[in-house]
Amino acid sequence: MAGNHSQVSFQVMWNRLISVVEEQAQALVRTAFSTSVREAGDLSAGVYDLHGQMLAQAVTGTPGHVNAMADAVAHFIRRIGRDNIFEGDVYITNDPWEGTGHLHDITMVSPSFHQGNLVGFFACTAHIVDIGGRGFGADANSVYEEGLYLPIMKFAERGTVDKSLIRIVRGNVREPDQLVGDMYALATCNEIGHRRLIDMMREFKLDNLEEVAEFILDNSRRATLERIADVFRTAGKTTANGEMTVDGFATPITLKVKLTIEADRIISDFEGTSGVDKKGINCPLVYAKAYSCYALKCAIAPEIPNNAASLEPFEIVAPENTIVNAVHPAPVALRHIIGHFVPDAVYDALDKILPGLVPAEGAGCLCNFQVSLRPRTDATAPEDAVRSEVLTFNSGGSGARPQHDGLNATAFPSGVMTMPIEATEHTGPVIIWRKELRPDSGGAGPQRGGLGQYMEVGAREGHEFDFQAMFDRVDHPARGRQGGKNGATTTIAQDDGSAMQGKGKQFVAHGRKVMLAFPGGAGYGKPEDRNIESVKKDLLYGYISAATAKNDYGLSDATIAAVADIARKGETL
Amino acid sequence: MSQSPARTPARLGVDIGGTFTDVVLEFDNQQYSTKVLTTYTAPEDAILDGLHQVCKKADITPADITQIIHGTTLATNALIERRGAKTALITTQGFRDVIEMRTESRFEQYDLNLNLPAPLLPRNMRYTVEERVDALGNILIDLDLKQVEALAEQIAEAGYDSVAVGLIHSYANDKHEKMVRDVLAKRLPDVMVSLSSEVSPQMREYERFNTVVANAYIKPLMKSYLSRLAGRLGEEGVDCSIFLMHSGGGIISIDSAAEFPVRLVESGPAGGAVFAAHIAAQYGLDKVLSFDMGGTTAKICLIKNQMPKTSRVFEVARTYRFKKGSGMPISIPVIDMVEIGAGGGSLAHVDSMRQIRVGPESAGSEPGPACYGRGGEKPAVTDADLVLGKLDADNFAGGTIQLDTDSSNSALTEVLGKALDMDAQTAAFGLAEVVDENMANAARVHAVENGEDLSEYTMIAFGGAAPLHGGRLCEKLGVDRMLVPTGAGVGSAIGFLRAPFSFEANRSVYMKLSDFAPEKITSLLTDLQQEAIGFVRSCDADAEILSDFKVYMRYTGQGWEIPITLTEQQAMNPDAETFQTLFEQDYTKLFGRPVEGMDVEITVWAVNATTPPQPVTLLDQVDTASATGEAEAAGERQMFDPALGKAVAARVVLRDSVKARQMVNGPAAITEDETTIIVPSSGRALRQSDGCIDVIVGNSHT
Repeated sequence: MAGNHSQVSFQVMWNRLISVVEEQAQALVRTAFSTSVREAGDLSAGVYDLHGQMLAQAVTGTPGHVNAMADAVAHFIRRIGRDNIFEGDVYITNDPWEGTGHLHDITMVSPSFHQGNLVGFFACTAHIVDIGGRGFGADANSVYEEGLYLPIMKFAERGTVDKSLIRIVRGNVREPDQLVGDMYALATCNEIGHRRLIDMMREFKLDNLEEVAEFILDNSRRATLERIADVFRTAGKTTANGEMTVDGFATPITLKVKLTIEADRIISDFEGTSGVDKKGINCPLVYAKAYSCYALKCAIAPEIPNNAASLEPFEIVAPENTIVNAVHPAPVALRHIIGHFVPDAVYDALDKILPGLVPAEGAGCLCNFQVSLRPRTDATAPEDAVRSEVLTFNSGGSGARPQHDGLNATAFPSGVMTMPIEATEHTGPVIIWRKELRPDSGGAGPQRGGLGQYMEVGAREGHEFDFQAMFDRVDHPARGRQGGKNGATTTIAQDDGSAMQGKGKQFVAHGRKVMLAFPGGAGYGKPEDRNIESVKKDLLYGYISAATAKNDYGLSDATIAAVADIARKGETL
Repeated sequence: MSQSPARTPARLGVDIGGTFTDVVLEFDNQQYSTKVLTTYTAPEDAILDGLHQVCKKADITPADITQIIHGTTLATNALIERRGAKTALITTQGFRDVIEMRTESRFEQYDLNLNLPAPLLPRNMRYTVEERVDALGNILIDLDLKQVEALAEQIAEAGYDSVAVGLIHSYANDKHEKMVRDVLAKRLPDVMVSLSSEVSPQMREYERFNTVVANAYIKPLMKSYLSRLAGRLGEEGVDCSIFLMHSGGGIISIDSAAEFPVRLVESGPAGGAVFAAHIAAQYGLDKVLSFDMGGTTAKICLIKNQMPKTSRVFEVARTYRFKKGSGMPISIPVIDMVEIGAGGGSLAHVDSMRQIRVGPESAGSEPGPACYGRGGEKPAVTDADLVLGKLDADNFAGGTIQLDTDSSNSALTEVLGKALDMDAQTAAFGLAEVVDENMANAARVHAVENGEDLSEYTMIAFGGAAPLHGGRLCEKLGVDRMLVPTGAGVGSAIGFLRAPFSFEANRSVYMKLSDFAPEKITSLLTDLQQEAIGFVRSCDADAEILSDFKVYMRYTGQGWEIPITLTEQQAMNPDAETFQTLFEQDYTKLFGRPVEGMDVEITVWAVNATTPPQPVTLLDQVDTASATGEAEAAGERQMFDPALGKAVAARVVLRDSVKARQMVNGPAAITEDETTIIVPSSGRALRQSDGCIDVIVGNSHT
């Protein structure tokens, strides 16, 4: 009986820790300055035991931080040294290999002391808009060009912030106020988590987290292993290969993965994947690992929270110097592009082991761009013209699922939000002229791929800008599954028709706009099997044109005319 | 508005809820209340039924009623059930899909089969016009009236009943929206038009467009309901003004309600918060946690200085386990509360990590918890409460429903006990602890988000399940006092009778403190004040009207604002230094320290015009030291005390038998028809002169 009661208490504590990290993340959203954090949710927060094992992590916008965060604290403990950890300390890094994959993510770790003893750690990560260097983009040839590097070090010792560090940071970045503001926000967020943890420890009269950690990790491990054992037992085969080719920067990149299910682990082996690229789209292993693990967890064990034990059975291996295991000093600023494609590659293999479970390919990587605005240089600029960095996050369509259409203009595998264009236009002299769904871009199938979107981007009168493109799928559309059609490809050009590239920094003169069409998700199954009511609805809503309704789905001219009539009357089917 | 002063005030509060319509009449210092089943097809039927019942109890006629205050879930339900009018949206070219694309994210990240809620209006009902305003309110592209006229033809041909107009940056410049309305009014005089710059003049297009669409969508329905109601009441001889409770905790005229029906969403819960605020005033309490727990959800709200806290945006119609992001955002002034899926009917299961999970799925009234004996096989919170001895099987709901403990035991054992190797009682303990912890977490997070320390708070518990769980919640939150008022079953309807006439007008206008423009501020706030006062004046021609001024501020570059309250003096004679100081004080309270060297900006300005709060007589309170002995127990039963982790012998006391100033020492169950108040072993209860049961919880919390 006593054992049962403590089981109830432990469950209460586990719930509490999950609530603590959610709150920690919320504090960061509210105090952060970068739009990427405050509007888009590109951040992460977690609590760790004394040994650096992650006990709970907030579910935020970025699966990419999942494993990276899980591993990071151990690096901090090793680098700082046990004897050098004091109450009131806060540590910082943006090391791509020991943090979360590129210099633009700042990770901060704070030790938690209770009754004078170290009991655990809090960590959080946020994507900041600028870290100096060439700016956020793929153009660098090595990580040295990508911005200021902060090795694992103390941001604050015994409560006192390192002013020299702040001065160095301020002197090296384009938006120093934002960045320093975000560093404080990160420290505050750990502090809030710490306070709540101590409240809990007092309430339950705990001196340390050892027992509750064991309870959390044991239950999570067992649940994860049960799921893997189920798959091992029921799957027709236990090993399969997946492969996918995407644009890359100048040369296409092929991701190859061999998936092996064993009784107590799943191994993703990326042997055979393309080598490191010259430009900054390379991915440190920790980031590829996060997305591979995320993809598998979604498919196999979606409701098990992330912690050290639930992540452990998902093993990821890749030879050094493949693009998913780029080592120092490879450029890695846009590591998200390759990272976001990892799930589609993994699903190509998993579909062969567990058919009917995973979606067709989708847009994959986020359709992000950064605009560096400045007063026009071709003529006299107005006096109120300013310089400004504006980053936006946008999504194409997700892949069709075995039972459902893909989601229109919705991020997958990333989970970040877009920014309201009204908010974006308040951050700098940018004008978003268009942001709406792109008809006919979802791959045909009984389950249709999600639609991509159109965007048009210009500047306020008196400004010109550099457009930093971070798009893929210009030449490699999302591929359909089980006979489904491909999604539409990305297109990019200026409004006068001049061509632009999918990646890299490109100049846009005063008065010009960038015209963008983001990719659609692919279809699942043969188009002719689509339910006619769904085809009619797609036509009514303008998700597909009359031509597509006729050519891909065989809708008759009479039906097409009837649907057009309903549309005109503003009615539903 | 023809209230003859000679009549004795007879005020009627009416709350249409999902299951029951609650009617409360206050006449001659007496309160008469009733609950009747809500009549969905014609909600006014239930109102009339209830009205006649309470009139009969009070021995008056409908003609004697001097004022009716009404709140309803009809607006919310119309949004949830998609039962609105045929509505079109007119928006800026290039932005047809804002309400469909939402935030472009998935609110549940690990569900591969997730579907997002459909927008209120499908794509073929959304039209665009060429025009553009920038973030500063400058017009970049003029609106072409010819195009609008052509669109009006299309709208006429299609036969829309209602049109929403939402243009980009219209909160900064509403010229084009008004031009669209003028064209529509000329060509389509019978079509109702809602403008985003009037319904919700706030930055962020998704929230604003969704709010104006929601308003337009329910407007014809609400307008016709309200006029039907007024007509039916007239036929019954009612000859008085009818007012509507709004989501911000005040009341507005029937005409304003018909114009801005989206402001009626969540009016029931708002009434509950006003009810708690009024009790806080009677008890002179400045920090109150209002806790309303019913059959399917629990609502938690902070009430400081006897005013419920308000906010600018909330989410209705959540479609996925109450999950944040799965509903639609509505940006209107609203009482800030958290609602979670935790009620007496919430069901429990064991997940793959062998943890007990409770809610948000609810047993509802059919089949109900297992103990109702109507075929429910899953254990609900009520089953746990029964097995733990908090409820009496023979005296539930005044003895009208016989509870079956065996069914509870077997549901607990089957669903939880077998998986976790627990007996039924331990499983019940686990279930109750989980649901109480869920609510405690929600309350903690809400408090921290507002920079408040709950240990300084007093809980006011109402709704059928709150008094059963409030004591334990207090222990968990370190709250040491809980008040359970009388009439707790119809709290919202009573709250309506306590609400002032009020209306909040707000607008997004950006201003940095480095560009502080006092004259512009004074003129903006004066405009907002006039707008807000206009609404209140239409309810009462003579009353004194107070204005509350609030600005939302942040460091330039941040995305989340802190509401800062200004005095009328500070608002009308604005100076940057005062604004800065007030902001830094609140920021520090919330986040520990100010950020040095950053500019601060104001994003939203709000003025709430309100009649003064109803005069309250401070209650002559007794404390346990001056208690006059213990109330007589009607019996004793075994009750499980979660703080002690064991069963204890608890006194059972009938609430009606407790006299003023009498005490009930814990552990005890104080029973009444509508609920049972659990006094934990650590606590004792005292009856105050107004009938409130005042529970002092002894906290082990340090």
